[in-house]
Amino acid sequence: MVFFYVILGAVILFIFWVVSKYNSLITLRNQVLNGWKQIDVQLKRRHDLIPNLVNTVRGQMQFEQETLTKVIEARNAAVSAKGIADSAAKEDVLSSALSKLFALVENYPTLRSNENVKQLQEELTSTENKISFARQFYNDIATKFNIAQQVFPSNIIASMFNFKPAELFEIQVAAEREVPTVDLSLKK
Amino acid sequence: MVQARNIYEQQAHNKRLTFVVMLAFVAFLGIIGLGFDSFYLGTVSRDFFLPVGTLTAVAFGSGSAMWSLRGGSRAVLSSSGAIPADPANPTHQKLLNVVEEMAIASGLPRPSVHVVPDDDPNAFATGNAPQKCAISVTQGLLNRLTREELQGVVAHEMSHIRNYDVRLMTVVAALLGATLLLADWARRSLWYGGGSKRRRSSGGSSGAGAILLVVWLLGVILAPIIGQLMAMAVSRKREYLADASGAELTRNPLGLASALRKLESASTPTASIKRGAAHLCIVDPLGRNVNSKEGFAAELFGTHPPIEKRILALQAMAYQYGGPTTAA
Repeated sequence: MVFFYVILGAVILFIFWVVSKYNSLITLRNQVLNGWKQIDVQLKRRHDLIPNLVNTVRGQMQFEQETLTKVIEARNAAVSAKGIADSAAKEDVLSSALSKLFALVENYPTLRSNENVKQLQEELTSTENKISFARQFYNDIATKFNIAQQVFPSNIIASMFNFKPAELFEIQVAAEREVPTVDLSLKK
Repeated sequence: MVQARNIYEQQAHNKRLTFVVMLAFVAFLGIIGLGFDSFYLGTVSRDFFLPVGTLTAVAFGSGSAMWSLRGGSRAVLSSSGAIPADPANPTHQKLLNVVEEMAIASGLPRPSVHVVPDDDPNAFATGNAPQKCAISVTQGLLNRLTREELQGVVAHEMSHIRNYDVRLMTVVAALLGATLLLADWARRSLWYGGGSKRRRSSGGSSGAGAILLVVWLLGVILAPIIGQLMAMAVSRKREYLADASGAELTRNPLGLASALRKLESASTPTASIKRGAAHLCIVDPLGRNVNSKEGFAAELFGTHPPIEKRILALQAMAYQYGGPTTAA
């Protein structure tokens, strides 16, 4: 009889353990999804701001049509991107096109002192930062989720309920850093 | 010493230290109360045990901690004359943006943002839980810092919020206050008129009573000094930690380092921030020399570590991250 109760207790404990592990994995998965949504919100904001900026500076920057077209093209490509890897790559192209445009704006004193342009520039800079911080946060939380799926013993629960590891952003800092150097040589 | 730890080790170390300090304060209050019990009230002896004094002292400490937790933050905010940031003003808008960026980076809700109309550069965080916190920045700070530096400062304050430092420092300040008050009270009652009662209650007992009295006297005299040293030690630890976890948010320790350098060169007292809020600020608002110099006194009595040491620690972090941050 005692033996039976011990077994019963062990089974109940095991069920509790499975439930709590499963719930914590679900919580993490939702946090990852939410992190992903946050990136989307910021990306959408950037896509909305860019046409405004281009329209504001277009009149003054007639000799830079090529750069402006590139920004618009990069923006449209980014809007229609599908999937994490594709979207990340297209957004990176957009980032470098934008920073080139910002560097060129510095050559136009009238634009540089224009309140409207300044405000748009601040908004875009901030959105740019928010995107990278949202990605950083997403990567942190997704790594936590992936680790929870891989360590013993919660990996058993993860494979039992078919959890999939979250995809991470590759932050290509090196590539992004090169862009300003190119702009400096252009300005000379 | 501190620089060698990584962020997680530092966090664990801080939690331990905090626990020890809280325990020590409770012990101080208990000892002071126990002295009252055995030498004045006679409520603790071999055949009678009802430590009224001890319980009152500990209750007094926790009561004052609770009271300052309830109203403290709002009082600090309103006494500094901080006004909510105005989105129509471009510099305020920049601050609002930077705070929102850091809120995204830390995964916390965006705190409310205030600007203190003071020309001296400083910043502080208030509020007991991440859900209802505020970050306040002086106008002088906004005027002087670049966006990158401002980001470093805001990340530092955001880390104070994330690590529950505001709450901790409020509790430590209240406990320290209670200890100071009770110790002062005990000393006074010793000098004036306490003598006769003391002789009556402890006179009958043997030498053990006398030893206990000496220990108690030492405790009453030393508690305020040791308490102050402990409170300052906690405050300094928290500053190092906030610097480190702020750098974890921005991934750019040099932004804060260069902001600190600017704050150091403008080290005059921030008039609108009162003494009680000093431990909440990014640099000491009282302009005390002790926080800017290195050496033994600074290590013991400053609410903040020497700025030079903080900058060095941040530069070491930048070196550890490697890559782009060292180039910036």
